[in-house]
Amino acid sequence: MTDVETTTTRKDWATDQEVRWCPGCGDYSILTAMQLMMPELGVSREDTVFISGIGCAARFPYYMNTYGIHSIHGRAPAFATGLAVARPDLSIWVVGGDGDMLSIGGNHLIHALRRNVNVNILLFNNMIYGLTKGQYSPTSEVGKITKSSPYGSLDQPFNAVSVAIGAEASFVARTHDMDRKHMQEMFRRAWEHPGASLVEVYQNCNVFNDGAFDTISKRANRDSMLINLTHGEPIKFGADAERGVVMDGGDAVIVDVADVGEDALVVHDERRPNPAVSFALSRLAAGPTEPTPIGVFRAVERGEYASANSAQLASAQEQAGPGDLAALLRSNPTWTA
Amino acid sequence: MTDLADAPNARDVDRVVIRFAGDSGDGMQLTGDRFTSASALFGNDLATLPEFPAEIRAPAGTLAGVSAFQVQISSEPISTPGDEPTVLVAMNPAALMSDLNRLAAGGTIIANDDAFEERNLEKAGYVDNPFEDGSLDGYTLIRVPMTRLTREVCEPLGVKPRDAERSKNFFALGLVSWMYTRPTEPTLEWIAQKFAGRDAVIAANTAAFKAGHAYGETAELGSHVVSIAPASLPPGEYTNINGNTALSWGLIAASVQAGLPLFLGSYPITPASDILHELAKHKNFGVRTFQAEDEIAAVSAAIGAAYGGHLAITTTSGPGVALKGEAIGLAVSMELPLVIVDIQRGGPSTGLPTKTEASDLLMAMYGRHGESPMPVVAAHSPAQCFDAAIEACRIALEYKTPVMLLSDGYLANSSEPWLLPDVDSLPAIDVSYATEPNQTNEDGEPVFWPFARDEKLVRPWAVPGTPGLMHRVGGLEKSDGPGNVSYDPANHGRMTDIRAERIDRIADDLPDVVVEGSPGAKVCLVGWGSTWGAIRGAMRRLTADGLDVAHIHIQHLHPFPNGLGEALRSFDRVIVPELNKGQLVKLLRAEFLVDAQGVNKVMGQPFTAAELESIVRQTLSEMEG
Ligand code: SF4
Repeated sequence: MTDVETTTTRKDWATDQEVRWCPGCGDYSILTAMQLMMPELGVSREDTVFISGIGCAARFPYYMNTYGIHSIHGRAPAFATGLAVARPDLSIWVVGGDGDMLSIGGNHLIHALRRNVNVNILLFNNMIYGLTKGQYSPTSEVGKITKSSPYGSLDQPFNAVSVAIGAEASFVARTHDMDRKHMQEMFRRAWEHPGASLVEVYQNCNVFNDGAFDTISKRANRDSMLINLTHGEPIKFGADAERGVVMDGGDAVIVDVADVGEDALVVHDERRPNPAVSFALSRLAAGPTEPTPIGVFRAVERGEYASANSAQLASAQEQAGPGDLAALLRSNPTWTA
Repeated sequence: MTDLADAPNARDVDRVVIRFAGDSGDGMQLTGDRFTSASALFGNDLATLPEFPAEIRAPAGTLAGVSAFQVQISSEPISTPGDEPTVLVAMNPAALMSDLNRLAAGGTIIANDDAFEERNLEKAGYVDNPFEDGSLDGYTLIRVPMTRLTREVCEPLGVKPRDAERSKNFFALGLVSWMYTRPTEPTLEWIAQKFAGRDAVIAANTAAFKAGHAYGETAELGSHVVSIAPASLPPGEYTNINGNTALSWGLIAASVQAGLPLFLGSYPITPASDILHELAKHKNFGVRTFQAEDEIAAVSAAIGAAYGGHLAITTTSGPGVALKGEAIGLAVSMELPLVIVDIQRGGPSTGLPTKTEASDLLMAMYGRHGESPMPVVAAHSPAQCFDAAIEACRIALEYKTPVMLLSDGYLANSSEPWLLPDVDSLPAIDVSYATEPNQTNEDGEPVFWPFARDEKLVRPWAVPGTPGLMHRVGGLEKSDGPGNVSYDPANHGRMTDIRAERIDRIADDLPDVVVEGSPGAKVCLVGWGSTWGAIRGAMRRLTADGLDVAHIHIQHLHPFPNGLGEALRSFDRVIVPELNKGQLVKLLRAEFLVDAQGVNKVMGQPFTAAELESIVRQTLSEMEG
């Protein structure tokens, strides 16, 4: 559309609106990561749109000095799909929490992913409902005691990465709010990916679910608990890279490298057409209390929806010529009185 | 074959009402449609009423599976598919059983004799054969072995008997075409085109059609031959069109007039799906159709497209509007152009999905959370759906608001001749995007306020991609002017007032109320939507008898046209016929304190002119008495 603004800074991407998350909320570090990264992408603010649903995370667009829609609960992927189809020239981000994206909006999320419409979906997962003051969410662990589950929740949680891979997503990644560089790398990868991208961001809600990710994301725990997925590299983790992942009968299994030898480890291939291994990796941790993979699980090339739609329009115009209204009205038999 | 359009021995009549009824698998919709097209090309005025079951293929031969198509053809201008059919084509016992009660006293039954065998009679619920038990006394019964005769003419063509039977509706069409002196060429040409590449089907259908036509002559049905002269319609070029097609074309026309690309977000639902089908064909107009995962996604995607600067539409029926309610509220709050098309059907819930009703008016007006006023426009005839669609889009775009466009199952599927408009004379739609900042901040820098308003209280439409106008919209209340999130109580009160006021003020740009008939009349019929046809029909008969009646038809249901209240108060009696339990009448009483009286029908069918005529006559005689 317009010439890219060549030099912007974080300040240019921030609005003058007071940020109103609780002090200490993980959302702040995600916002900072985003505002710092945007100037590096070489995209202009007016060609960028942030769309959110409802929830704490969904206030995000108000703080980005771009175009933005703070829409209704769960529907952000649908608003984004319409905008992306209408305006394939735009760079569109969707922001929402686990309740927004996986509960009320689960349907829109999976359909945006399967259609592969070019939007970058950031799912801030804090495993709790924040804005409604602390009910269990579709990612809360079984037995979670909350205001709405005083005897413990009965619901089996969703694993967001597994859901996305199952929904035919062409790009799926996970990161966490304690590591700005990693977040920025994942956001950038999502932005570069032509098609729908899902990035799950483990986000601390220090008011209603504080420390939910401490076991894996505290600095002291990261080496032993975070499994960094790097394309083309054997999957290893631990302070001395002493542990690794092998495939065993369809399951991904954590082993000591010394026991199996380096060659037995899974070499991570995010571009593998068959999602089975990526899915198996997503099942490694039942929750953020066990060694958990982060990074890009899957990044495959697949036809993008909005550009395919534009191509259909172009070819229809080529075949039938530009629309002629007078001719359209006469496309059924006519007679003269 | 000779064309009997002006057969010398035919009896001239002004109009006939024919009802084709058969099993869903018998092709009655197609038969009716072809008969209609031939009559349209011949120059009659006409109006149709297709009625089909909700099931795609209900068990063959049962009452549930009966599919019917009624058409009135006339040499005079008409506006309804007729009070009661004078001819019933019954392809099986179930059709006779379900539709005989509609046939006019002394009417003609043309029955497919072969279908009236024991098993079918039983399935239809007949204990005795109606041909023999005297129950059809008083009607003219013409029994024709259509299945057998069709099989016989197809046999030499090498068509298998089972396949041949499928052509029996063309036999019926041929016979009725002969009886009503319809030109045959349009149908024969249509068969050749429609089934191009399937020579056996063309041969069988053509043979069946010709055999039906010839049967009339050889079976000495000459005394039944009727001709209906072409109607003297206003001069010009016509096409026969149904409401959903006209509405689709109206949306495309609005897109052309506004110079904006059209985006449709839709989820399949009866009776609105045909709009999605029609628009999906016209990608060369730049039309983007998006079949969403559900009704909510359909409207949400449309709002996303509206934010991106497109003419955004979502099409549905009542249940879909209910699902879209929250998103429509968002569009009210964000003040974005959007047209929600509601092709109403019988409710509540799944109700009668293939039958007509007009019971969503109050939902269109008030069926949202919060104070969320939006314009409501209703189409009133199949062809007029074209104009109504343009009008809804015009209001949406010029006033940056969601607009509800109401049609119904009857308008959607019924057809009538349409005098084609000159495309150069279509109304202009004046719309532009904001391109520049519209305010200056304290530091003297230009800034953009998304909720700064013009003299009509309309806010600017700044679309992504426009430098310097980045802004955020959303469902949280916004400050009047700058458009930032605001929880200020006074601001909310002011914004609520503005949202109401800006919609009310649209009335100042609309034509004032139009009263047809005599302005000082004792009785006024006030209608909206598809009751127009029946009210017109009743008005014609009443005024022909010199009775003092008037008619107001309300196309803009919100805001109402200026002058409506005064007009209503000028009549002694105001009668409001509606295909619901009294929705417009509530609005009129509440808004204008007039003692309007409702006349209501909720039976899945439109009013007939006769029903309304008799109500007015009764009212007039009560007033005298
Ligand atoms: S409730 Fe939790 S998620 Fe919401 S702003 Fe506060 S800390 Fe953040």
